[in-house]
Amino acid sequence: MTTTAVAGTAAGRKPATMAQALTRAMRDAMAADPAVHVMGEDVGQLGGVFRITQGLAEEFGEDRCADTPLAEAGILGTAVGMAMYGLRPVVEMQFDAFGYPAFEQLVSHVSRMRNRTRGATPMPLTIRVPYGGGIGGVEHHGDSSEAYYMATPGLHVVTPGTVADAYGLLRAAIASDDPVVFMEPKRLYWSKAGWDPERPEEVPGIGRAVVRRPGTTATLVTYGPSVPVCLEAAEAAREEGWDLEVVDLRSLVPFDEETVTASVRRTGRAVVVHESPGFAGPGGEIAARIGERCFHHLEAPVLRVAGLDIPYPPPMLEKHHLPGVDRVLDAVSRLQWEAEWTEGG
Amino acid sequence: MTVLEQPGRAYHPAPPPAWKPRTEAAPLLPDPEPYRVLGTSAAEKADAGLLRELYGALVTGRRYNEQATTLTKQGRLAVYPSTTGQEACQVAAARALRPQDWLFPSYRDTLAAVARGLDPVQALTLLRGDWHTGYDPAEHRIAPLCTPLATQLPHAVGLARAARLKGDDVVALAMVGDGGTSEGDFHEALNFAAVWRAPVVFLVQNNGFAISVPLAKQTAAPSLAHKAVGYGMPGRLVDGNDAVAAYEVLTEAVEQARGGGGPTLVEAVTYRMDAHTNADDATRYRTDSEVEPWRGHDPIALLEAELTGRGLLDEAGAAAARAAAEEVAAGMRERLHADAELDPMDLFAYVYTEPTQQLRAQESMLRAELEADFQAEEEDAR
Repeated sequence: MTTTAVAGTAAGRKPATMAQALTRAMRDAMAADPAVHVMGEDVGQLGGVFRITQGLAEEFGEDRCADTPLAEAGILGTAVGMAMYGLRPVVEMQFDAFGYPAFEQLVSHVSRMRNRTRGATPMPLTIRVPYGGGIGGVEHHGDSSEAYYMATPGLHVVTPGTVADAYGLLRAAIASDDPVVFMEPKRLYWSKAGWDPERPEEVPGIGRAVVRRPGTTATLVTYGPSVPVCLEAAEAAREEGWDLEVVDLRSLVPFDEETVTASVRRTGRAVVVHESPGFAGPGGEIAARIGERCFHHLEAPVLRVAGLDIPYPPPMLEKHHLPGVDRVLDAVSRLQWEAEWTEGG
Repeated sequence: MTVLEQPGRAYHPAPPPAWKPRTEAAPLLPDPEPYRVLGTSAAEKADAGLLRELYGALVTGRRYNEQATTLTKQGRLAVYPSTTGQEACQVAAARALRPQDWLFPSYRDTLAAVARGLDPVQALTLLRGDWHTGYDPAEHRIAPLCTPLATQLPHAVGLARAARLKGDDVVALAMVGDGGTSEGDFHEALNFAAVWRAPVVFLVQNNGFAISVPLAKQTAAPSLAHKAVGYGMPGRLVDGNDAVAAYEVLTEAVEQARGGGGPTLVEAVTYRMDAHTNADDATRYRTDSEVEPWRGHDPIALLEAELTGRGLLDEAGAAAARAAAEEVAAGMRERLHADAELDPMDLFAYVYTEPTQQLRAQESMLRAELEADFQAEEEDAR
């Protein structure tokens, strides 16, 4: 795996938001490679509705950071043609559910072009999808659509849970010769961390999970917006003597089976946590793989804590849909299938 | 409190800014009659070399269609969507382009790709079923044959825009059928192209049917070329069986795009003489009496009449054209009758730059299955 950023030091770090890190990643990628073109609805003068592309049109011109007509299939479809001519388009879908009109382009062309042409026509495309709930968005502004993308061979699907990963993974996505659906957890846009944009810390390339918090009694497997939820749950569980390990997948496709398997074999118990509906969702795939590879190490069934199996709810009810700390802790308590918890596992 | 409620202040609304149209519609509108050259006095001005060249390409194109249809009946191609009767559109599209330009064909446009110089076997790989695309698109400047309808049109727009941003002198010509004009991607592609003034030409081959559905059930527009006006680009209507007219209109549109004049929508009015594919029964939705008038307006016969009338073609010339076409057909027969050589491991080779761990595992599984099969065959042979 290649690394995409140089090692940083603790000195000189200031609090930065995930939004700032994403902007910086695009800016640095555009400065490093004239083939990188940003495009989408409102990405130019406005800087995007979340201001993630702020300043790019000013710095690189409106050809390199282009406002397009309002049409997602057109945005992605023209980006396919641009990639065919050697550019590296970075397209914004503005909101998760706004990407659905572009599905045919994504599924029929973006994901298959390399395969269709026996490798002759790669698709170095990055599709930024601000996703997930928790920001009080109205209908079509809170979906977690990653399962659709994961079910499409040919696409990479990544999602950062931290400021550093937001920068590192977006640089890796733009540098990739394969199409990457870059899922941005909207409610983490304003999360902060000490981070130095001049010396961004090292982040492995696409396809590597990370143990965010080591633990011994059970593994929480999660990604994106649920990473802070799981870390908080792990802290809360400590008071009751439970030592939870938190694995942040970072990349849903490719799926890092080694890191997940090694963790669950150590702890013997696993809960998969995500916001998207649980039925036929990412957790089902992950739980099945854990079952296949860790069966003899498991002390309890693999559980899932997911969003409800409902269309994304109205904002005044979304708190009941989104898996929070309590629901995670509930699942953890149900892991005491046959054995009581013992200190240190 | 609103303005009206404020005491002592009368409400004097300002008039809205004067409305004016963004683009004058009149010059964008297509002529009501399709543009024709053959059979009119304009034909006399057509270059003799061009006429002969188009004739040779049409004769070869007809033979290509017949051979591919026969190969389908023999089970050598999985399916073949014929362009018999539409050869003039196919040839004109290919000939209107310069080497640096790009062609974006649909699944029915293999003949256009062949007329552009692509090896017929490479053009037919998709329809034979050994791989989806049989050639390197960048090498030939021919996009993969597109099976979904109209989805290749935005690709053409994006590629043309990218070329222009890089300062390259490249035009993209994208082909679509009458049914494809109903798809959302048709709308989005034309809109993007016009807004960006991208160097693109859209060629709609109106062959009368979307599988079985006639044009009257496809659109309520006066013509498909009329659709251009709503996007702010010119629409041109041309006789798609008149190779010279189609060549002239497309060449003009291509050169206008090249010169910065923006995109054009060209509707070529033609007719699908064969069924949609070998899997289709055209007698269920049209009668012989409907097809018959189009036999009298055959693209090859039209051009032949002009050539013989001007003394540009004799029996020896016609025989030479047929012999050249026969050579192409013989090559197709010879090479497509041989079984395709396939490597099942290719299934995993091109999904990603690097196969995922999961794909590697499946690759090992398939390899083991193949080895077991091979060993079983060896044992059977002993």
